[in-house]
Amino acid sequence: MTFTQVLFLIFAAIILGSAFMVVTTKKMIHAAFWLITTLFGVAALYAMLNAGFLAMVQIVVYVGAIAILFIFAIMLTRKDLRDSDTPLNKNWGVAALIGFLSFGGLLTILNNWTGLLKEAPELSSGMDTISDLGVALLSPNAYLLPFEVASVLLLAALIGSVYVANQAKSE
Amino acid sequence: MIPISWYLILAAALFSIGLFGVLARKNAVAILLGVELMLNAVNINLVTFWRYNAPAEVTGQVFAIIVFAVAAAEVAVGLALIISIYRNRNTIVADDLDLMKW
Repeated sequence: MTFTQVLFLIFAAIILGSAFMVVTTKKMIHAAFWLITTLFGVAALYAMLNAGFLAMVQIVVYVGAIAILFIFAIMLTRKDLRDSDTPLNKNWGVAALIGFLSFGGLLTILNNWTGLLKEAPELSSGMDTISDLGVALLSPNAYLLPFEVASVLLLAALIGSVYVANQAKSE
Repeated sequence: MIPISWYLILAAALFSIGLFGVLARKNAVAILLGVELMLNAVNINLVTFWRYNAPAEVTGQVFAIIVFAVAAAEVAVGLALIISIYRNRNTIVADDLDLMKW
């Protein structure tokens, strides 16, 4: 086993362990902190895949923005569920079955696929992925339109959420 | 070197854990946490296929960035809905939110 493989296994264990804690832990605020651990692990995987920019975006957007939003929402809705005995609803057995079935189905699909042991090709030296990415995102011949559509989507979501969360209590 | 299957199996496991969270948790915020886990699993797959199949193109990374944007939008709207529901009904237990149930 090489060093990178050991590193991968460590990050995989962190990701899966903390993801399991996210879905089973009783206190919501702890679930949010476990989610942050998972997100850091995924960022480390991006770095291992030579996607350094995505690793940074993962930390800035997910940990910096989305996780904080979650913590705000949990604190604003906290009265609820604090003393409830179980965090899972009564159908959790069926949910676990569906989870196992989806994992098994995905493994079966992977098992029938031939490219399974493919190794990553060497990156050509002098390749600058980040500046390529920047050019592609803002060039009209590449991904300018999807990029702008994504920003309009974000703006619409922002306005929509302010409107929804701001409504006066209806009596 | 790491074979591609390791990443794909990890993503499959993460997706299944997220699916379990979405289906089994009581708290509506926890359901959104499960959705985040599933989106992350998908993103791992996208970046892995980019790295193993076409590292010279940027398409895979652009796709992952769009998924980031959609995830942020989804969380913003979802949490706004949850806070609005909490104000009006004083609960965020998903089982109790049966206003539209016949």
